[in-house]
This record gives sequence, structure tokens and C-alpha cells, in this order.
Amino acid sequence: MEQQQFEPRIVGFFCNWCSYRAADVAGTARMKHAPNVRIIRLMCSGRVEPAFVLKALADGADGVLVAGCHPGECHYIEQNYKTIRRFAMLRHTLRALGIDPRRVRLVWASAGEAARLAQAIDEMVETVRTLGPLRWRDNWEEDPAQREAADRTADEHAAAMEVQ
Amino acid sequence: MAERIGVYVCHCGTNIAATVNVEEVARWAKENLPDVEVARDYKFMCSSLGQALIADDIKKHGLTRVVVAACSPHLHERTFRRACAAAGLNQFLMQMANIREHVSWVTAQRDAATQKAKALVAAAVGRVRHHAPLETMTVKMNPATLVVGGGIAGIQAALELADAGYPVYLVEREPSIGGHMAQYDKTFPTLDCAACILTPRMSEVGQHDRITLLTWSELEEVSGSIGNFKARIRKKARHVKEELCTGCGLCIEKCPRRVVDHVFEAGMGHRKAIYTPFPQAVPKIPVIDTRSCIWFERGKCRVCEKMCPTGAIDYEQQDQILEVEVGSIILATGWDLFDCRRIPQYGYGRLANVFTSLELERMCNASGPTGGRIVLRDGITEPRSVCIVHCVGSRDLRYNTYCSSICCMLSLKLGHLIMERTGAKVYACYIDLRPNKKDYEEFYQRLLDEGMLFIRGKVAEVTDVARTPAEEGKLIVQVEDTLLGKQRRIPVDMVVLMGAIEPRRDARDIGLKVGISCSMAGWFIERHPKLDPVATMTDGVFVAGACQGPKDIPDAVAQGAAAAARVAGMISRGLVQIEPVVASIDEDKCSGCRICNNLCPFNAIEYIEDQQVSRITAALCKGCGTCVAACPAGAISGAHFTRQQVFAEIEGLLWDALHGTGPQAAAAAAPGR
Repeated sequence: MEQQQFEPRIVGFFCNWCSYRAADVAGTARMKHAPNVRIIRLMCSGRVEPAFVLKALADGADGVLVAGCHPGECHYIEQNYKTIRRFAMLRHTLRALGIDPRRVRLVWASAGEAARLAQAIDEMVETVRTLGPLRWRDNWEEDPAQREAADRTADEHAAAMEVQ
Repeated sequence: MAERIGVYVCHCGTNIAATVNVEEVARWAKENLPDVEVARDYKFMCSSLGQALIADDIKKHGLTRVVVAACSPHLHERTFRRACAAAGLNQFLMQMANIREHVSWVTAQRDAATQKAKALVAAAVGRVRHHAPLETMTVKMNPATLVVGGGIAGIQAALELADAGYPVYLVEREPSIGGHMAQYDKTFPTLDCAACILTPRMSEVGQHDRITLLTWSELEEVSGSIGNFKARIRKKARHVKEELCTGCGLCIEKCPRRVVDHVFEAGMGHRKAIYTPFPQAVPKIPVIDTRSCIWFERGKCRVCEKMCPTGAIDYEQQDQILEVEVGSIILATGWDLFDCRRIPQYGYGRLANVFTSLELERMCNASGPTGGRIVLRDGITEPRSVCIVHCVGSRDLRYNTYCSSICCMLSLKLGHLIMERTGAKVYACYIDLRPNKKDYEEFYQRLLDEGMLFIRGKVAEVTDVARTPAEEGKLIVQVEDTLLGKQRRIPVDMVVLMGAIEPRRDARDIGLKVGISCSMAGWFIERHPKLDPVATMTDGVFVAGACQGPKDIPDAVAQGAAAAARVAGMISRGLVQIEPVVASIDEDKCSGCRICNNLCPFNAIEYIEDQQVSRITAALCKGCGTCVAACPAGAISGAHFTRQQVFAEIEGLLWDALHGTGPQAAAAAAPGR
């Protein structure tokens, strides 16, 4: 039997002002892109709490794409800088939980950058497709590789904090 | 109490139905999603019949929640909210699923599109259950308006509003209003004298008692929102006391320092160190350019001070910061000319007799540097042949892909003026000629009759290297005549480059100050390209003129007036509704950690010292939700974007994964790797 291509499910958290509009413009311009990213509209990428990402991954998403306005172009002055900070910590935590950081991506798209956004979506889908299904809820405990990654991160933490 | 949810799936003609199996989505929603009371598909949900369908169901089935799966909420959220409200359902109990822009228009396969549409509908159904009935907040509209930019679009907007009886602050960066139009001699296609039609409007602005004219001023910062903006304006030091100056011009006459004027004269002429850009300037009050003034340079001179009969010169004057309160803002910041040096093969800046369109405009102008004579760079010789090069920096993948839209007509106008004044032979090398508005084609025919020569081809190079004795001492335009299919070398005395119309270099910065964004090319983005070309995504901020895209004078004027009409409508209503999307703190849960305090750029969160809790001032909150996401105690809740709502939306989006359906379910359910 022919192997069916893996179609990842990706949850997108897009800000209302730039990236959601860019996705709308991509639609108006009929720029075809992968249908795998399902988008949730938030007012700002700063609203993305880590729990949203964890919840999406736990509920069966294979990846998460967060999109906001370019740094310096935030509708709320500077909130996307807070997204950057939060996102860096989130990726660190995800690594600790055995999730490949490539599954969670932060991109910038201004309202005029529909083509760039469509391309970012396609790239993200390809990356996650290569990584394969996550099935986080089912198997993170059983998977030795993920288990090992979690342990390694804990060790790194201990080393960084000089706990012997 | 169980909710009763109505789901409405729009065909949007064939826009959605061609790619998404809408009947299947509706049927599926009714069968699989909890509490869905009715699910229907309809040809056009946004039509009055479609809206009536929703209203009838609300009454008949006692719906408590409504989901409309159609286009982007940016397009029709208001429509469906109104429809719900009219039927007695709180408008915030409606949620849209964007299955057009995000599904049918971007997805190639029907199965995948239908699957995605189902997920989006499930998400909306999941979320809407947790919606709370909210009330819009009503704010009083400040009747004053800030207009940024004193070109023809800004002038028009300011006059319309002031004539309607409302106060206007008009901010202009240069010493005088007038913008680019003031630089021209004639306007196409009527050959009206630009000054004759512009200067009366300028003086009307200057004398209008409801317009506060702030020239030599720049917008520094904007805070607040629709109805109640606060703008900080830097009024740069003129070094001339406005209340004393009579505009007699004696100081300008006696100033010993002459410098090249790169702004108004486009580098073609001179001005003094104390100057007004042009004789009809409004206001007539001059400005001292401190970078070229001898007193500021070397601490000597003070001639203007000695000459001034009213003692208006003040070398000590400092920049002033003004705070104005306005209800709305109109941006009319205009355009910049493409820097033709960026295309070295056209020789601008290297070959003396290559000019830009703006330089030629100034030469044509009777009050310009040559008194209206069109001459070569030596200032004496009239050209006997001229070649106008179209599309310099526009319609070119290396520079700007867009069409600057006005240069074809500009070229025809300049062609006419050159032939009329010098009798020179005029060539125009074009890619396509686009005289596409009222009376433009007729003007083109007129120029054909007058003997202007048109060559269809993009110019490869302008050079002064002669190959034949006839080319000696000339500029040679190398171009492929695509109608003849031949390379041509055209020897001429003068070359005029039709530089592209570009967004202002600092347009992005201005956009950021008021919270609107620019397209890739740098033009301000309107709310809707067809149906809302003057409003922007930020309520209370409007755009007019060439800052929104290349425009000729009639279009800029029309847009200025349109923006003013929109503002006037809001002012006359007196009140504006604003979304109640704000955050609030549950003080029982707040631990007083103050993490949220520093996250808010609008200072909406204050710490109540004696109760040791933080509190949000709703009027200052803009609803971004950053503090909501950050609160470690989960004490902050963001209206309409609560954690519960977003969680339910995530669960809905992943409905197929959670319920084990769809093509991936088998893979997801399979154990191990």
C-alpha cells in the first residue's frame, strides 16, 4: 500500500493588526499555501501565553506558528518585544520537555507582507512534515530520545546554576 | 444551562463553495458539535436575506450563540454583530470563522479545504460558548482634528473640516504649506496655472479662524485613541517671533548668505539663510536655517536683526513642544521623488544635462530659478532637442515594481511646455502610455498633433560618448524601439528623467506613531482597498493623498475631502463606540507581585499600595493582552480573549486530532514511531 504523506497539524497564533491581515491579504490575492496551519486571531502576539502553545501541542498539534508585527512596528508600541523574550524562554522549556524547538516558530509579517507570510507557512509545514508527527501526549514518556533530552536539559540547568 | 448555538456557513457565491463543501460543513457541524441547534448554509450570508435568516433563527430557536463561517472578521464582523444585536442577541455572542481568506482562497484541494473549514467552525463553536455579553464603551468625540501634512490633500481636508465648523490643527514640516503642488508651474491636462489655483486655498488656510496652522513643526508622539488622541508636536525654532513678524521680507533681502535650496527648488536655485521657500508662502514668516546662517556658524553678522523693523528676530528661540487634544487624525504626508542617482547608467549627477522631472518643473515655473526659461545646466543655452525618459525607478523589479501613475501625464505636460517655450524637438521613451482618466487621452492626442515624438522602449543608457560626428557634444540616449524592432541612438541636448513617486522616507516612523502600517513598498495601508480607501485599521486615523499610493492632484483632493467627510460624520454624531476589549484584574487573586506593571506601555496598570494589588484603568487599556499572558496568578482576564475562550478555540481547531477523525487520525493514534 502506498504510504500517505504526513500532513502535520499546526496551530497559528496571529496578531490582529499585521499578521492576521497579511493572511487575509494572501487570501484576497489567492496566494495558495499549505492548508495545515489553522489560525487563531489574538489582538497581539504579546497575548500568546506559554500555556496556549503547550495546550495546542498536548491536544494534538504537531507544531505552533506565532506571528506578529515586525519588532518596532507593534500596534501596541513594544509588546512584540515581550513576545520575543517570552518565546525564548518557551523554546527553552519545550526543549526540556523533549520537543524539537523547530516545531515552534515565531515569525514577523507586516500587513503588506502576504507573500512572505505564505512562504513562511509553507516552510513551517515542510519543516514539521520532516520532523514527523509529535504525538506528544501519547509518547513523550516512552520515547528514550525525548526522555534523554529532558534529562540533559535538567543537567544543563544544574550546571548553569552551579548546583553540584 | 446548555447553550443553543446557530451555525451559518456562507457560500459567498462560489468564492467559498467552489473549494469548500459548505453543505457538508453545515451538516457535519449539526451532527458532531455539541449544542448546535441549527446549522445552515446560504448563498450570501451578508445579504439582507442572509442576515434575516440569522435573526429569524434567533427568535424561532431561541439561539444564545451564533457562529458565522464566511469571510474575514475584518470585513463583515460588524455586519453580523449588528444583525445579532437587531434580533436581540448581544453582539459579542457572535463569532466568525474565516473560511474564505484563510481557507477557500488559499487552498487548492477541496478535501483539505473542507477539513480545514470544519476545524475553524469547530473552533468558533467551542469558543463562542464561553463568550460573555459585553457592552461597547461610548466615548465622547473631541471635535478637533489633527491633519499631518500641508500639501494639497491636507489643505483640502483641513478646509473641509474647518468650513464645517470644526477646529483643525494642520502640521507641516516645511516653513510653508503648499507641498509639491506649489513647486509646479502648470497642471495637466488643463494646463491650469498651479499657483493660481493653489495659493487662494493656501491663504484661506492661513486666515481661517478655525485652523491652527503649525508650520516648521513635526509630529513627535501620539497617545490615546479615537475620540481622545493626545498629540505632541515639536514646533521647531524659527528664530523669528511670529507675533511680531509682518512678513515684509527685508531680512531675506539683506541676508548675505546664499545657499542652494535642495528642498523647494530641488537643487536648481538658491535661497538665503533666512528664507521663505517661495514668494506666496503661507505663513509669510521666514525661518532661519541655523546650519547655513553666518551668526550660528561663526557668531558674527546679525544683519537680519538690524534690518528687522519690528524686532522680530530672536536668535535664542528654542524648539517648543505643544500638546494638542484631538478626536481624529488625518495623515497626508505625501511623497518623495526617487533618487535618480540610483540608476547610474542614466547619468543623473554625472552628466550635467540630465535633469529630474522636479528640476524641470522648477525651471518651467515663472517664479523659479530661471524665471520660467528652460535652459541647459549652463543657465543660458536653450535645448534644441530633449528626450524624456519614462518609468525611472518605477515598473522596474530592481527599484519599485509599482506604476507611479502620474509620470505619463507629467511627461506630456513637460513635453508641451518645452515645445512651447523653446521650440525644441521632444522625444519620450516609454514602456506603456497610461493617460487613463478624464480628458487625459485627449491631452495625449493633442501632444501627438503638436509633434511630440514617442518611442516605445525602455532606455538602456544615457551617455556622452559620441560615435559619430553628429553625436559630438550631445547626450546620446540608447534605446530599443520595440515598434521598429531596432536599436536607436538619439542625440539630444537635454534628458529629463521621470523619477518614481516614492513614499516619504520616514513614512514608516509616522505610521508607527499613530499605529498604522505600511505596505511592502511603504505606502500607508487603508482599511479596505476598494470600499474603505481613507480609513485605516486604527480607528480615528485616516489617510489622504499620495501617502496612500501615487496620486495626481484631483485624486489627492478627492481623498482629502473624503477623509474630512468621514471625520465630520463622527464629530457630528458626538459619540463613538469603542470595543470593550480590555483587561481587568481579579483583585482577590492578585498577589501584588507587580510583574504586569512594567509590561504595559500605556501606563494603564497602577499598583494600589495600601491594598497591595494592581488595578487596570479601562480607559487607558488598549486590550493587547500582554499582561494577561504574563500574570503568574492568572488574576488578569482579557475580555473577549480569555484563556477559557482561547483554550476552547484550540480544542476546536484540533477537533480531528482529539476525536480521531481525518486522514491523520490513524497515524496519530498509532503507538510509538
